[in-house]
Amino acid sequence: MTVTRREALGLAVGGVAALTTLRFSAPALATGNAVEEAIMKFTGGVKPGEGDITIGAPEIAENGNTVPIDVSAPGAASIMLLAAGNPSPGVATFHFSALSGAQEAKTRIRLAKTQDIIAVAKMQDGSAITTKRSVKVTIGGCGG
Amino acid sequence: MAKVKPRVKVPKKASPNEVVTIKTLISHPMESGQRKDKKTGEIIPRKIINKFSASFNGEPVFMADIEPSVSANPYIEFQMRVPESGAVRFEWTDDDGSVYDLEKKIKVA
Repeated sequence: MTVTRREALGLAVGGVAALTTLRFSAPALATGNAVEEAIMKFTGGVKPGEGDITIGAPEIAENGNTVPIDVSAPGAASIMLLAAGNPSPGVATFHFSALSGAQEAKTRIRLAKTQDIIAVAKMQDGSAITTKRSVKVTIGGCGG
Repeated sequence: MAKVKPRVKVPKKASPNEVVTIKTLISHPMESGQRKDKKTGEIIPRKIINKFSASFNGEPVFMADIEPSVSANPYIEFQMRVPESGAVRFEWTDDDGSVYDLEKKIKVA
């Protein structure tokens, strides 16, 4: 059987497509729905808008096992951090009080792969704001 | 199991209502419940610090609900306003129910 150039190209494209579908259907990874659900549960059904909330993270994290992250949202009652590409999206939720000097916190987190970090802040008046930031990961954490 | 050792960095002195940075670290493997034992192929059960809280003279200051995505030896840094002299109390709660705690005094001059 001779394979023409057109057929060869078609096969290659098909193969790549199949591979991508396989990768995205990997069951162990958190889906967009899980993230959405977590946000809704956290805000009590309020759809978060934009606002004064920032995530500080390295652009490229060489080691996904420990990635330094800081988050700040002046006027927030609590802030939730989510990692959309981890097996379970929840990372941590910080709660502030009258004695908190500033509504910000720093920690170190695990990232399974290159992904978006999402922060949602629940403000003192009940509204919610969100932001996200993409972090490239060279070697993933959450080891297998 | 390795001994769990909490460590915190709190300034000894502060001026009234000064905002100070508090750094905390606790040695803990934070087993995510996703890893498999390489020899037996069985999943290593989850064992993490799931809650951290700080209080000042009994008043809550800062609390965190922690999930498996936080790195081993969880490090947490936050800001605190110091209204008066007193003690900051830190508590870490493990999945197995044990609580590790530590107290540090701050003097307001």
